Amino acid sequence: MNRLSYLIGRLVKGVFVILAIGVLAFLVIRLVPGDPVAVIAGKSGAVDAEYMDNLRQKLGLDQPLVVQLGIFLKGLVQGDLGQSYRQGAPVSAIILERLPATLLLTLSASAISILLGVLAGAMAARRRGTWADSAIGTLALLFYATPLFWMGLMAILLFSLVLGWFPAFGMVSADMRYEGIRHVLDVLHHLIMPMTILGLFYMAVYARLTRASMLEVSEMDFVRTARAKGLPESYITRRHILRNALLPIITFAGIQAGHLIGGTVLIETVFGWPGIGRLAFDSLLQRDYPVLLGIFIVTSAMVVIFNILTDLLYTLVDPRIEVNK
Amino acid sequence: MRPMNVSSGQSSAAHPLLEVRGLTVALPEGADRSNAVEEISYQLHSGKITCIVGESGSGKSMTANAIMGLLPKPHVKVSAGQLLFNGSDLLARPDSEMRTVRGADISMIFQEPMTALNPLLTVGEQIAEVLCKNGPLPRKELRDRITKLLADMNLPEPETLQDSYPFRLSGGQRQRIMIAMALALNPKLLIADEPTTALDVTTQKQILHLIREQQKRHGMGVMFITHDFGVVAEIADHIVVMEKGEVVEEGSVEAVLNSPQHPYTRKLIAAVPTLDDHASTTPSEVPLLSVQNICKTFKTRSGMFTKKREVNALRSVSFDLHEGEIIGLVGESGSGKSTLARSVMQLSDIDSGKIAINGEQIGSLGQKLPSFIQFVFQDPYASLNPRRRIGSALTIGPIHHGVPKAEAISRAREMLDVVGLDASAMDRFPHEFSGGQRQRIGIARALTMQPRVLIADEAVSALDVSVQKQVLRLLEDIRLKMGIAILFVTHDLRVAATICHRLLVMRKGEIVEEGPTREIFENPKSEYTKSLLEAVPGKNWHKPVLEERV
Amino acid sequence: MNSPLSLFFGNRAAVIALACLAVITLLALGASLIYPQSPWKMVGAPFQPPAWGGHLMGTDMLGRDIAAGLVHGARVSLLIGLVSTAIALLIGVGIGAVAGYFGGLVDDILMRFTEVFQTIPSLIFAIVLVAIMGPSINSIVIAISVVSWPSVSRLVRAEFMTLRRREYVESSQVLGLPGWRIMLTDILPNAMAPVIVTATLMVATAILMESGLSFLGLGDPDMISWGYQIGAARTMLRAAWWMSFFPGVAIIITVLCLNLVGEGLSDALNPNLKRKKP
Repeated sequence: MNRLSYLIGRLVKGVFVILAIGVLAFLVIRLVPGDPVAVIAGKSGAVDAEYMDNLRQKLGLDQPLVVQLGIFLKGLVQGDLGQSYRQGAPVSAIILERLPATLLLTLSASAISILLGVLAGAMAARRRGTWADSAIGTLALLFYATPLFWMGLMAILLFSLVLGWFPAFGMVSADMRYEGIRHVLDVLHHLIMPMTILGLFYMAVYARLTRASMLEVSEMDFVRTARAKGLPESYITRRHILRNALLPIITFAGIQAGHLIGGTVLIETVFGWPGIGRLAFDSLLQRDYPVLLGIFIVTSAMVVIFNILTDLLYTLVDPRIEVNK
Repeated sequence: MRPMNVSSGQSSAAHPLLEVRGLTVALPEGADRSNAVEEISYQLHSGKITCIVGESGSGKSMTANAIMGLLPKPHVKVSAGQLLFNGSDLLARPDSEMRTVRGADISMIFQEPMTALNPLLTVGEQIAEVLCKNGPLPRKELRDRITKLLADMNLPEPETLQDSYPFRLSGGQRQRIMIAMALALNPKLLIADEPTTALDVTTQKQILHLIREQQKRHGMGVMFITHDFGVVAEIADHIVVMEKGEVVEEGSVEAVLNSPQHPYTRKLIAAVPTLDDHASTTPSEVPLLSVQNICKTFKTRSGMFTKKREVNALRSVSFDLHEGEIIGLVGESGSGKSTLARSVMQLSDIDSGKIAINGEQIGSLGQKLPSFIQFVFQDPYASLNPRRRIGSALTIGPIHHGVPKAEAISRAREMLDVVGLDASAMDRFPHEFSGGQRQRIGIARALTMQPRVLIADEAVSALDVSVQKQVLRLLEDIRLKMGIAILFVTHDLRVAATICHRLLVMRKGEIVEEGPTREIFENPKSEYTKSLLEAVPGKNWHKPVLEERV
Repeated sequence: MNSPLSLFFGNRAAVIALACLAVITLLALGASLIYPQSPWKMVGAPFQPPAWGGHLMGTDMLGRDIAAGLVHGARVSLLIGLVSTAIALLIGVGIGAVAGYFGGLVDDILMRFTEVFQTIPSLIFAIVLVAIMGPSINSIVIAISVVSWPSVSRLVRAEFMTLRRREYVESSQVLGLPGWRIMLTDILPNAMAPVIVTATLMVATAILMESGLSFLGLGDPDMISWGYQIGAARTMLRAAWWMSFFPGVAIIITVLCLNLVGEGLSDALNPNLKRKKP
C-alpha cells in the first residue's frame, strides 16, 4: 500500500520533528546565561533556597547536560512535560484541560477562513479587473494589515459595549449555568466574535492566494485545451482551474497552521477565551516557564499533526503524488 | 516524390471548407509590430491537409487562434477580414455560438502534449467532457465510445487506459489522447499546431501517420501548422508559406517544394538540412578526447518507505574524438547523449570509466578541467547571464585563467569578429540580441578560451532553420580555421548529416552503432538506426538545388 | 522594454504607499523635534478625548499625550522591523544559498533544521524567547529574526536550485570560475528580485509581531511602542476608545503601505507578468 507507507513515513518524520523541537526547547531554557533554576523559578521573589535545591535535584541539574537532555526527552516521549511551578499540577494536565477550547476556536476559524477566503478569491479571479475584484483585493489587503488584537478590541467596543450584541469575554456565561442545547448556543454566542476576527485575517490571506493561484493556472496549456473543446467558461473555472489552483492552497494551509495557532494567544487574551493561548498569557504574567515551554511543544505538535493531515489530503487530491514522493 | 493525395471526390475547389479572407489581427501597442497577421487570405478544403509553414513570429499560430475564437482577450483582436466556415463568417458569431463550434465542428491539438491535459482528471473524464457537450450520455455508452475512440488511435488496452491519469502516459500517448479528444465529435476541420515538434522522431512518424489516416477516414480538412519542411513533405497536400504576418506563397505541395517562387520560400528550403549532404574529412591519428567505459546510473533517492528507482543513463560508453573532426552524437530523448556530453565537461559526474583529454586523464576529484575543452549550450536565451555585459562575459574566463585584461579584451573582439558580430557588442547586454546572435556570442565565449575541443549540446535545436544554417556554417568554418574538434550532440539526423564526419548512435545509455556518416546512412546495421532513418520526415523529398539569392 | 523602476513608478498605489512610508519615517526620525518631551511624561489632564485641550489624539489615564507616544513609537516599530528583517535575511539567504547551491546531504541537513524552526508557531516561539531573555529591544529583535529567517531560507534555496541549473551558471562552471564567485555574481543577483519583495513584506510582519509582543507586555519597558499603547488601553476601552484606536490605525497604515510597496515591487520585478510576445 503506497499511501499507507507514505502516511507512516510522514508520522515517523513528524515524531522526529517534535523531538527536535523538544531539544530546542531544552536548549532555549538551559543555554540562557545564569542559573537555570533561577530562570525557571522566575523573578517572583518568593523563592527560598530549599525550593531551589529541590528544583535543582528534581530537574537533575547536578548531572551533565547530555544526561539532563536524556531525562527531558524521556519525559517528553512519555507525555511528561514537567510540573507547573505556580499551579503545582503536571503541565500536560493543565494544557490538556485547555485544549478543547483552543481546538474549537482554531478549527472553526480555519474552516470559515478557508471556505470564505477561497470563495472570495475565486470570485475576484473570475471577475478580474472589475469593481468586485478591486473591492475584494482592497478588503483583503486591509484585513491583512490589521493587528488581530486591535481588531478584537474594536469589535468588543462596537458589538459588545456599544451595541451589546455579543458577550465580550469568556466562553460561557458564568452566571447562567446553561444545560444541553442552551449551553451549546451560549458557547456559539461567545465563539462568534473571536472566531470571526481570527478568521477574517486568514480569510484575507486565502483570498489573495486563491486569486493568484487561479490566475496562474488559467494561463496553463490544459485550460487552453478545455477552451478549444468548447466547454462553458464557468465549467472550466470550476472543474479545471479551481481544482488545480487548490493544490498550493492545501500546502499553504499546512504552513499557515502555525501562524493561526500563534494568533490564538492574542485573540484568546483579548476575548478571555479559556484556551491554550490565554494560558500562555497567564503563564507569561506569572513567569510559569514550565507551562510556557509545554505550550511551545504542544502547539508545535499540533502544527506537525495539521501538516500531516494536509499532506494526506494532498495525496488524495493529486494522483501524481504517489510516484513523486 | 510523393504522389498528390487526391481526396474523396469532392469538388473541393469550388466550396472551401474555410476561407480566410483579408484577415488582420492587431497586436497591442508596444509589440514589435502592429499586426500579427496583415490582410492574409487562403483557403482550407475538406479532404486535404493544408500546411501553414513559417519561422517563429510569422503569425501562423495567431491565425489558428483567430479561427478558434481563442485570441488572448482583450489585448489581441481581429481588426479586419472574414473567416468563412462553410460560407458563414465565424467572426460574426457570438461567443456562446462559437463554443458549440469549438470541439465539435472545428477542433484543435497543440504542440506540448505533456502539459495540454489536466493532471487531475483521468483521460477518460477529459474525453467525456467533449462527448457530453450536447447533453449527458448513459455511463455504459460513454465508456464504450471512449474505448472505441482510444482503440482508433491505436492506444493499448483502451478499456483500462481511460481510467489512467495523464502523468502515467508518454508524450506520444498523450498526443494520441489529444487527437482522440479532438476527433470525438467528428469535426469537419482539425487544426494541428506543431503537433509533433515536441516529440521524438519515431513517435513523430507515428503521429503523422495517425493524422493522415484519420483525415482520410473522416474526410475532414486539416490545417497543419509547422516550421519543418521535412514534415511538410511528409504530410501536406497544399502549402501556405507565411513570413512576418503575410502569406508569401501558396500552392500545391509539388509546386512549392520543388519549384518555390518567392525568395523567402527559396531561402527557407535552401536552408533545410537533408540526409543527402554528407560531410567527410580525414582526421588525424591522435585522439584529442578519449572516453573509455564510462557508466552512470541515476538513482532517485529512496525515502524512508519509498522504493528507490534506478535509471542506467550511460552503460559503458567509449569513443575517441580526433583533431579536426566533428562527431555527431545522435539519439532520441532519454538516450543519454546529453548526459554523456555533460559528463565530459564534469557538469554531471560519472560512476566509473575514464575520460582523457590530450592523453591526460581528467575527472579525478578536485582536478580542474583544462580550459581547452569548451561547451556550447542549447538555449541561447538561458546561456548568457542577463545582468552581465557581453564584454565581461567574454573576458571573465580568460582573465580568471591568468590572461592579462588587455589581451583578453582584444581576444574577445577577435572572436566576435570570427562569429560575425561587431565589436560594439562588447558594451551591450544579452537581451539586446536575437536568438541566433546570442548563440554566436555563446560560441565566441567558448572560443575565447582557445579550446581544441568543443562540445555542442543541441546547439542549433532552438533556432529557426535559416539561422540554424548560419550557425552550422560557422561551426564548420571554425573547425577548418582553428583545427578544433567538435562533439556535436543532436536529435536531428538531418542536421547531423550536414556537419558530422562520424556518428555515434545512442539508445538507452548505449552506443548501438558508430561509423562514418555516409556509411551509416547508406547502410545502417542496427535495427534502431534503421528505424531512426526511416522516421526522418521528408526523407523521400529530394529538395531542389536552389541558388541562394540573398 | 520597460525597466523595473519605471514599472514601479507607474503603479499609483505603490507610489502613494512609498510616499506615506517616507512621511512615517520622517516623523519617526524627527520625533524628538516634534515632541521634545518624553512620551512617558504627563502633559495634561487624564482621559482627554481627541482634540480636547490641545492634544490632537487625546490623553491617556495618566495624562500622557497619545500623539507623542505615537510618533515616538514609530521609531521602535520601524527600527525593530528593519533590523530584525536585516538579520533574518542574513541568516536566511546564507543558509538557503548554501543548501540550494550544494544540494545533496548539505541541503538535507539544512532543510531539516529549517523545517524544525518553521514548525514552531512563530508568535509562541517569539514569546518564549523574549520571556526568557527578558524584554528589551535586543531580545525582541533577536526573537523576531529567529522566527522569520526560515521562510527566507526556503525561498532562496528554491531560487538557487533553479538558477543553479541555468545554462549561464553552467557556462561559468565550464570557464572554470570558482563556486563562491558563481554564487555571488551569477546566481545571487538574479535571485534578488523575490528576496527584495519578501523583505518588504517581512518588515510588515515584524512590525505586526512587535506590536503583538508589546501588547502582551513583552515590549521594551524603556521605550514606548504602538503595541504597548494598545495593551495599556485595553481595560479603558469603554472610557477612552481613542487610547487604543489611534495606535492601531498607525500600525494598519504602516503595514498596509509596506504591503503595497511589496506588491508594487513584485509586479515590477516579476518577468512573468510582462505581456508575452505573440
